[in-house]
Amino acid sequence: MAIEPGSVDLSAALVLEPTPLADWNIVAPVMIPIVIGAVLLMIRHETRFHAGLAIAALLGTLFCNIGLLARVLDNGPLTMTMGRWLPPFGISFTADALGASMALAATLAALVCALYSVSDIDNPRRRYGFYGFLMLMMAGVNGAFITGDIFNLYVWFEVFLISSFGLLILGSERPQLDGATKYAILNLLGTTLFLTATAMLYGAVGTLNMADIARKMPQLQAAIPAGTLATLFLFAFAMKAAAFPVNFWLPASYHTPRIATAALFGGVLTKIGIYALLRTFGMLMPDQLGLLSTTIAWIAAATMIIGIMGALAQTDLRRILGFVVISGVGVMMAGLSLGTVEGFTGAIFYAFHSILVMTALYLLAGVMNGLGGSYSLRSLSGLYASNPLIAVFAFLLLLAASGLPPASGLWPKVILIRAAIDSGSPWLAFSILLTGLLTMLVLGRVFLLTVWRPRVEPTENTIIASPMLGYSALLLLSLPVLLMGVYPDPFIEVASQAANTLKNPSSYIGSVFPEAALR
Amino acid sequence: MDVIFAVTVGTFFAVGFYLMLSRHIIRILLGIAIFGNAVNLTIFTAGRITRLSPPIIPLDMDVLPSGTANPLPQALILTAIVISFSFFAFLLVLAFRTYQELGTDDTDEMRVAEPKEEDLPPLGY
Repeated sequence: MAIEPGSVDLSAALVLEPTPLADWNIVAPVMIPIVIGAVLLMIRHETRFHAGLAIAALLGTLFCNIGLLARVLDNGPLTMTMGRWLPPFGISFTADALGASMALAATLAALVCALYSVSDIDNPRRRYGFYGFLMLMMAGVNGAFITGDIFNLYVWFEVFLISSFGLLILGSERPQLDGATKYAILNLLGTTLFLTATAMLYGAVGTLNMADIARKMPQLQAAIPAGTLATLFLFAFAMKAAAFPVNFWLPASYHTPRIATAALFGGVLTKIGIYALLRTFGMLMPDQLGLLSTTIAWIAAATMIIGIMGALAQTDLRRILGFVVISGVGVMMAGLSLGTVEGFTGAIFYAFHSILVMTALYLLAGVMNGLGGSYSLRSLSGLYASNPLIAVFAFLLLLAASGLPPASGLWPKVILIRAAIDSGSPWLAFSILLTGLLTMLVLGRVFLLTVWRPRVEPTENTIIASPMLGYSALLLLSLPVLLMGVYPDPFIEVASQAANTLKNPSSYIGSVFPEAALR
Repeated sequence: MDVIFAVTVGTFFAVGFYLMLSRHIIRILLGIAIFGNAVNLTIFTAGRITRLSPPIIPLDMDVLPSGTANPLPQALILTAIVISFSFFAFLLVLAFRTYQELGTDDTDEMRVAEPKEEDLPPLGY
């Protein structure tokens, strides 16, 4: 039985009107890094082009991200569905304020790391594909932030995970192999658990499109084991975010690769776990968030305090920072556990701050090592006498990470503490404040020993010729960090719009299913 | 049919997790391989096991009538198989290289990145 052309109503299956040119921007943050990553793999041996090409591509991605965020803030969430199959059958990319802003912050961090890597990554590492891995990882990261399909989210998780393995083991030094084994096994376990949860969710809800799930969840949740699903998601994403007690892969591995890699990992990767938690619990399963909120609050408090206590006990600068990353994850989970718009706003703003500040702190450690010849608090010293400029960056980042004015950490913590007190959990507010105090102790001691202490060893050991590249990378990150501190309004505006879309996803759903919005 | 699959999946998960509790990397890797297959079977089972009516939309309908076979889990599993296979291959090589360099596959002995007797930070100067 043949069907004549024209006799079938294609609009029942396909999106017929062509995608507006400006909306192609939704896929640009994924497409540019993937294409350039592939090119970089093809010209693997022409190492002199690598850094320039990667930096140019990341700059292009950054501009696309800025354009995307501006459009999302003006028009609400944007959707583009692959193959033009009507959602939920086609895979949708849906950029809302949360995804677009996180992608922007992550791309900025990656751009600065790529700049820093020009002096940090030697030729053999380039030949083994440092920049190719970097671009493919950023494709995965941006894809995870922008996709609107939960199985597709899993695929992007795997894309950035396998690229991060590559970055982590470049060089194959013994500590790297040791750290990478633990990192790889535990992260693979985490994403496989995420896949398990996704499978169960699909079995229960019958759809993978996140807008569709958010739409169907309120009616379905009484009939399906939603609490079990939520717990599985919590376990899987907490593992990705390095929340206590499943955080031990992070301090085992993040100090082993080159500093440009460590900075990118420390800044960006754990925040994808936080993003996924916000997305699943904030938007898909708000009632289950209420069910688990006490558990998440306890996990959050334990993560932030045990994380920062771990940092107190470390001597290696990079390992200290690994533990500071963990305690920041706790602060963001505290915002999630509150389940209010204010809590989400604080958590999202803290995520922007944390991406930039943690990247900057790792790069600072790299510059300090370049100037002082060590990562150990026992021997790294006398930096103020030799390079006063480094003290400026170190002091600003110390203030930012501990949440003191005029740097970026203050406002997200103010929002979170007020939200915690408003929702009747003052103990959570207290643990955020205690973490701030302990962070100041940890980083204050670093500042004291490395910057102010007179040099404990003779100065003959490695002094890099020119730290200018490191300084300019630090400057690029310090400016937004300072801006977030002295003029936080636009950042709070973005974070609160993102939180509102999570809490009340009707505009997100309407962007995927326009007919539902009309009705 | 569902019951048989459920029991199989449960057994796979149990075996996988039991192996992953080991201290030896090679047993952990075998556990991960079994765990990955347990998840694939979970997707398969969660997506409705039936072959009574094929997934073809009748002419006068827009969507599949309920109770038809579901082709989507196979697409999902195919993706998941490719990913878990490539990760497993990578992990095998990584574990072998680590064994060559560190001389042990006992996770308790793998302390190169996190040495046991690390100096504490100085208390003053």
